[in-house]
Order: sequence, then structure tokens, then C-alpha cells
Amino acid sequence: MVEKTMTITDETGVHARPATVLVNKAGNFESDINLEYNGKSVNLKSIMGVMSLGIPKDAEVKVTADGSDEEEALQTIVDTIKNEGLGE
Amino acid sequence: MNSIKGIAASSGIAIAKVYKLEVPELTFDKKSIENPDAEIERLNDALSVSKQELEIIKENARKSLGDEHAEIFSAHLLVLSDPEMINPIKDKIKSENVNAEAALDETANMFIDMFKNMDNEYMRERAADIQDVTKRVMAHLLKVTFPDPALIDEEVVIVAEDLTPSDTAQLNKQFVKGFTTNIGGRTSHSAIMARSLEIPAVVGTKNITDTAEKDTLVIVDGIDGEVIVDPDEKQLATYKQKQADFEEQKQEWAKLRDEPTKTADGKHVELVANIGTPDDVEGVINNGGEGVGLYRTEFLYMGKSELPTEEEQYEAYKSVLEQMGDKPVVVRTLDIGGDKELSYLDLPKELNPFLGFRAIRLCLERDDIFRTQLRALLRASTSGNLKIMFPMIATLDEFRQAKAILLEEKENLTNAGTEVSDDIEIGIMVEIPSTAVIARQFAKEVDFFSIGTNDLIQYTMAADRMNERVSYLYQPYNPSILNLVNNVIEAAHAEGKWAGMCGEMAGDSIAIPILLGLGLDEFSMSATSILPARTQIKDLSKEELASFKDKLLSMNTAEEVEQFIREKTNQ
Repeated sequence: MVEKTMTITDETGVHARPATVLVNKAGNFESDINLEYNGKSVNLKSIMGVMSLGIPKDAEVKVTADGSDEEEALQTIVDTIKNEGLGE
Repeated sequence: MNSIKGIAASSGIAIAKVYKLEVPELTFDKKSIENPDAEIERLNDALSVSKQELEIIKENARKSLGDEHAEIFSAHLLVLSDPEMINPIKDKIKSENVNAEAALDETANMFIDMFKNMDNEYMRERAADIQDVTKRVMAHLLKVTFPDPALIDEEVVIVAEDLTPSDTAQLNKQFVKGFTTNIGGRTSHSAIMARSLEIPAVVGTKNITDTAEKDTLVIVDGIDGEVIVDPDEKQLATYKQKQADFEEQKQEWAKLRDEPTKTADGKHVELVANIGTPDDVEGVINNGGEGVGLYRTEFLYMGKSELPTEEEQYEAYKSVLEQMGDKPVVVRTLDIGGDKELSYLDLPKELNPFLGFRAIRLCLERDDIFRTQLRALLRASTSGNLKIMFPMIATLDEFRQAKAILLEEKENLTNAGTEVSDDIEIGIMVEIPSTAVIARQFAKEVDFFSIGTNDLIQYTMAADRMNERVSYLYQPYNPSILNLVNNVIEAAHAEGKWAGMCGEMAGDSIAIPILLGLGLDEFSMSATSILPARTQIKDLSKEELASFKDKLLSMNTAEEVEQFIREKTNQ
């Protein structure tokens, strides 16, 4: 399993549009991918899971990937968060 | 009797079959089932049809409204593929042996409740998204049709209780020939949209949804405000003729497209258009508009999940200004609140929203929102002939504050090296009687007035224009209104400023002669009203009409005014 901790910098936190992009990306991988915030961990392939976290600006989140393509999956999610201007 | 009276909201004749836009009954019984695999199969089918539909809707929205608006449907699509949502439904079918409808309903409700209980309005709104998608799947499980204006692919007339802004935004003019609704008036949102889309509409029919059955032929007469359900041969022939005559008249009007607006005695007035989106500019140009008199910027903020960015607004404003070239474009800053809500702003519900926290009142308090819009406007100002006006100004102090913020943002931009036009006129909407009464004081500080009659009339007469029981008080020709309008025009001219009007009254064939006589400089109306108005003005003498001014202003009733004008102008 691989993981990476990031900080959300987007003014409105993780809202519908970037959440949609993240979930779409996550869906391309075999590995289980999870997003953790405030002690709660959800399936990053689930839009409702991600939205239910209600992640605000300045939140610390942890992305984890576990499976055959975990390295690539984690890298893609981390890149997406950066490219979408969501966090760093 | 197959003819139903309503309010003519957008002129023209539409003849097509009925498409009912109403959410069907989605009731079901919770049942035990024998074969869970077959039930899951049924669920999968409903899910896949729903996804196909959403893909089409998303594509249509992308084409007509742009990427940002289409994104919401991407989120809807993901809900339907969400393992956290779909797996529990399937588990429920298997473990509890219940039908797919019950499993879907119970699972979706669990999520809906969860989102509804979140402490943030934006998240609570997402509950509505899940509800929307669930309804679509449920309709397919129950094999009932789920209406979708975006999926229409044959010629129809839409019949509905009312049309929401997002309904109208999805209408495809190629197939939607007209629409008719139970509620609404000439100034309701659906009516304004119909005119901007240039499709015939009759609103306020009270019960058209009860009378017009799906797929029956129906005639919408947007000229005289009538709907004919299931017409006989004779009626059909009559209306086909009327349709042809109307087309012919439009050809006549079109001849004046590139002509300036001149009265019989050679006086020029400006005929400009009201628009809501950059797409509307095409209609303005096609109808010979001499500019844009009211750009309602609310549409940039509506039907979305978050505030539009400065960049997004900049692109929209720039597009309108560029398309209009050197012709004037009057942009009204955000007029939200009242009947126009933005869920993501999380504003408390008000008992009396029309008299509440809206428009400039909201913008002065939430100046973060206001400043973003002003920056976008200022940056776009070099692309054309921009004028900015503030809505719902009640006191001089409000205008001064709004103007100060505008000038501050301008200075910031200039200091940062961004080019901003130096001759942007700054004006106000006159829609509150307090402002109309002391227009003389305002005229010293503003560059122009634009009289918003829809609100001015409702505030002067203290009559809600959405309330049909007091609709008789909506009297544009009431001498009280004419005196206020006259006061504003005189005040403007005394200071060498101009006065325009951007309410429905400006395009009305009785009001036009009155307003010409009062000396109004600019008439802003639906694009489709411009050519008929230009045709009418061509035969009117401004000097003669001006001679009626004192007489009209001292009349007693609206009826007296109307009758007098009808006689003098042969209407």
C-alpha cells in the first residue's frame, strides 16, 4: 500500500466539479483507492463518498492506494489534485 | 369549447402536438421477489438507460449552455456508477428479497438524509441531485416516461404548470415550436425567455395541463393569447393562414432592420434589447437592435453549484461587447434575491423577498461577490462600448457606495497594469419610487437612468406582480406611473443626461406613444419587439405626442389614458 498526505488549497474545498474529476480518474485503476479526512476514510471511486466528507479549504487529506497498480494510481490522483488547483 | 384563454407572452403561432412536461407519479409497492438475479438485471437495465439519457442531456447542455453547466450532469452520471450507492441496492435485493424499486428508494433515501443533515447549504443541495437521478431510474423501473426537454427530438408544443429557468435553458428551438403554461404573466421568467428564444408562448392559462393530453394536436396563438386544443379542420386552416400572415408581417418588419429609428417628424430614439446571455446577441443583431439596454447578468449565477469565476464572467461580458461592436451595452450588476435564489449562497428565507435582501443590497454587504463581477466588467470594458448600472437603488448613499467600490476596483486594476476603458458611463435602474421621486438629486451624480417598469409598477402600486388576484393593479398607464416616469426623464434632461426604460412597458404599443411624448431617449425591450416598435414609431410625430403630455399626466385613471392614446393613434 502507498499513501500521500496533501493540503487542500481551493477556496471552496473539494466541491462537485473537482470531485467528479477525481472519481473518474480513480475509476480507471484496479487498486482500492481511499481518501481520508478527519478520521473518516471513503472509497475514492465513489462520488457520494467523496462528497460526504465535505472537505473544506486548508484540510489535510490522505490518499491511499492498494493493489496491482497502486504506484501509478497514487501518482495520478496526486497529479490530478495539483492540476485541478485543489491542493498541494 | 376547445379554446382556452391565456396571456400572450411571445408572439407567433405554433402548431404541433403536446409534450407534457410534468414529473409522473412514481409510486410503487414494496414487494417480496422470488428471483433476485432477475431483479438485479431489471435494476441494471434501468441504470443503463438512465445513463444513456444523462449522456445526451449532458451533451446538449454542453452545446447550449457551456461546459460549466454540463458538469452537473457528469456528477449525476457518477452517482449512477457509484459503488457505494449501487452495491447496497443490489445487496438489499439479494439479502432482503425485495423489489428493485424498494431497494433503490430506501438506499437513496439514506444518502439523501445524510446529505440533507450536513451543516452546509451546498452539501444539502446535493441531496436534490441524488433525488433527481433516483427519480429518473425509478421512472424507468416503473416504465413511466420521465419528461426531459433536452431529449425532445420531434416538433412539439410544451405544456406545463410552469417552466423553470433550467427547463427553458434546455429547450431546443429546432423541435420546441411553442409552449403554454398554467401560471405566469407577461413579465414572468418563462415569458421573458420565450421572447428571447423567439418561440410563441401563452402563459397563465390556469388549467391547460388538465385539458391538453399528451400527443394531441394543439395551436398556441401567442399573438392573441389563445390555445386551441385538438383543432378541427376549419380552425387548423384559419390558424395556418394566421401563421403565414404573421411570417409575412415579419418580412415587412425586417425591411427596417438596418434603418435608424426615426419618428414621422424626424426625431431619433434608440431601440435596444434586453438580453440574458451572450447567445442572445445574435437575436439582437437579427432584429436590428441599436444596442443592448439591459444585460441581465443573473443567468451567469443561476443553475450552478458555485459562484461564477471572474474569468468565466470576463469571457461572457467580453463576448457580448465584441459582438455588439461600438454599439452601447448596458450591463446590470447582479440582481439576485427576491424571487431569484442562489442556493449556494445559503441566504435565509425571507417572508417578503421582493422587499428584502436583494440586488445592490446584497452586493454591498457581500462585496466579495460584487467586486469579482466589477473586475470582470472593467477588464472587458476595452472590448466595446460598456455602460454599467446598479439595480434596486433606493438611496443616493447606496449609489455612492457602489460607485466607490467600482472606482476602487478600477484603480487597483490600472495600478496592476490592466487596461480599463476611461469612458464607462455609470447609471442606475429606477425601479423604487423613492428614487423616481428625487430623480433630480440623483441626476447630478449618475450618468444615466434606466427605468425598470416591472418593479417600479409593482412597488408603486404595492401589488405583487406574481399574484394573479391583484394583477388588475399592474397598470403601466396609471397616471401615477406616468408622473414618476416623467419626473425621471425631466430630471435627466435638466442635467444633460439620458433616460431609458428597460421594462416590458418600453415595447408596448400603447406605452410607446406616451413615452415618446414624455421624451424618453432609449427604449429597451425583447429583441423581437424592436422591429414592430420601429415600424410603429416611423408613423408617430414626437412633437404632436409631446403636446399631449400635460393632459396625460393630469388624467385620473389608466383607462382614460389608454382610451385617449388609442383614439389618437388609431389602435
